[in-house]
Amino acid sequence: MTLATQSRNFPEQVRVARADGNLQQALGRLKFGLTLMRGAAVDRLPEFERLRDEAAAIRDHTLTHLDHYLLRFEQAVTERGGHVHFAVDAESANAIILEICREAGARKVTKGKSMVTEEIELNEHLAAHGIECLETDLGEYIVQLRRERPSHIVAPAIHVLKSQVADAFAEHHGEAPPGGRDEAASLMAEARAVIRRHFLEADVGITGANFAIAETGTTVIVTNEGNGDLTQSLPKVHIAVTGIEKVVPTLEDASTLIRLLSRSATGQEAAVYNTFSTGPRRAEDPDGPEAFHVVLVDNGRSSMLGSEFQEMLRCIRCGACLNHCPVYGQVGGQAYGSVYPGPMGAVLTPSLAGIDAAGHLPNASTFCGACEAVCPVRIPLPKMMRHWREREFESGLAPRTQRLGLGIWRFAARRPRLYRTLAAAGARLLRIAGGRRGYLRRLPLGRGWTAWRDLPAPAGETFHAAWRRRRHER
Amino acid sequence: MGMPPGASGRDQVLASVRRALGRKGEAPEPEAVTARLARPQQNTIPMRAQLQQPELTELFLSMAADAQATVVRLPSRERVPAAVADFCREHGLSAQAVIAPASPLADLDWSTGGVAVETRAVRSGDPVALATAAAGIAETGTLALLSGPENPVTGNFLPDNHLVVLEERDLLGTPEDLWAMLRERGLPLPRTVNWITGPSRSGDIEMTMLMGAHGPIRLHILFVDAGSGA
Repeated sequence: MTLATQSRNFPEQVRVARADGNLQQALGRLKFGLTLMRGAAVDRLPEFERLRDEAAAIRDHTLTHLDHYLLRFEQAVTERGGHVHFAVDAESANAIILEICREAGARKVTKGKSMVTEEIELNEHLAAHGIECLETDLGEYIVQLRRERPSHIVAPAIHVLKSQVADAFAEHHGEAPPGGRDEAASLMAEARAVIRRHFLEADVGITGANFAIAETGTTVIVTNEGNGDLTQSLPKVHIAVTGIEKVVPTLEDASTLIRLLSRSATGQEAAVYNTFSTGPRRAEDPDGPEAFHVVLVDNGRSSMLGSEFQEMLRCIRCGACLNHCPVYGQVGGQAYGSVYPGPMGAVLTPSLAGIDAAGHLPNASTFCGACEAVCPVRIPLPKMMRHWREREFESGLAPRTQRLGLGIWRFAARRPRLYRTLAAAGARLLRIAGGRRGYLRRLPLGRGWTAWRDLPAPAGETFHAAWRRRRHER
Repeated sequence: MGMPPGASGRDQVLASVRRALGRKGEAPEPEAVTARLARPQQNTIPMRAQLQQPELTELFLSMAADAQATVVRLPSRERVPAAVADFCREHGLSAQAVIAPASPLADLDWSTGGVAVETRAVRSGDPVALATAAAGIAETGTLALLSGPENPVTGNFLPDNHLVVLEERDLLGTPEDLWAMLRERGLPLPRTVNWITGPSRSGDIEMTMLMGAHGPIRLHILFVDAGSGA
């Protein structure tokens, strides 16, 4: 088992998302929140561009020597009394975590926010074996109550309206607390009280890890709520689950990446809580977990190494590419049918789940390039989506009409005179059809475009013709 | 895939990584890796935080305030009990606070400020708990707290109001300065190093940022600063 997706239904899910008034209202907030705050934070840090170069270099260096850094990380964790487990795929990761929980006699597990545990569907696995697994990040908690998957890798409940949160709480918590359920503040206070009880009762705490530091055997979580800290500090066992690509060499390297992460994600100078965990509690410590486990999940990542998708493994999961993507902004995360949506998901999902399962996603891009422009580790996302489009075409997965269209184009493109004649005729025809308005409302075979917007009519002259004329004029 | 049956997950993952990187089996650690881990180097340090006093303090105070922490400047540690009393009064809280038994803060003279101090582990729902920051990071207005008997880690997250004493001499420019300081003390790191920047918050309901999601609702910094002249 790798990454489970519903990405095959992407076109249908897009139609549903576009027609969902609640979702469109929720998505409207994205543009004026996170993107503006990121821009302001970047403007306040003149070294931002240089830090991006360094961050990409840190990631590339680590990936080039990943086997060695994994060994060093394992060695450092072990020396400090922790345990490292390597999981080939989702199934083995779930089995490892279940075994640790069973050994601890766990009945209740609390969880900090972790995309890798979403990827491997850990909650479902533990629940199927009689262990209650409770999300504690407010957004993840809301999504769990609504029996949904997160729609954004940083803000999981970004698609949910306040009134829908109130409905979910009414269903699961019963009678409203004295503060009522009209205000976001009272909803948050209600969740705080309910989840606090779970923190105190949990036998095992599971978090992700934004980074795993090879030098010291330290895992890092970057959060705002403090739920990850309560998750990992109160129970007797702490399990950190993360991908093998999250290893970084040193504390200094992690610090550079953290500078970029919080600014790119939410426009904060620093997240409220950056927590560095090394081994289990020490003999003299009055609190903290007695056991510390790190589960390093491969689940398809190693197959990206050494391929044209290796740079995707630089990703630090900040979500900036989602926030700036016009497609994500129109359809939200759930339409993608993967826990990794948006531009990063359009590259990562086919890598982990296969192009046959997720072939639509790399096509869900206007190639405007905003994702690459904001990526803190300079992942060439559009280039990689193009690679996936090529692979989709080569493996015969592209739809028949698309293949036919491309076939015709190729036939003409290889015959320059024919191509020029056809292009000139087409451009003239479209200009006439566009009339004085200069755009077309409907186009035969072009409904995919004109159903949503008008097509600007060409100027009537082809590029070839214009080029020749200008050269002549000079 | 060329692995013997029953190979451990560890062996399988490492073999896949090596194969993808084009290695032929286990290779000795390259010098680039050994050197990087043996002598960690700093990357670019923002100019903003490369300051001397008093600018360093000014930067810390303004960044902490931007992160919604509140700060009071005290001329000496002896003034901490009175400042805690002020905080409780200002927020309509009964004058009581919890301090870890091993914390040096427990040795202050609490008989005069009117605050009833309990020296024990912080429990969920405690209104006020005190802690000591090992360092302040001016770049982002961040407190660095180290877990241990003097500062049990759960004490940073369970109280509603987290009052943290920071001495001016412990103020640093950047996280890199903190790592340098801890290396000088000698690794390993404590179980938990917490960087804390402002009170707990969440924007998960309609992107409205609200304080007090799961951790402390307020973060109040008692900045002991001989230069404050107060």
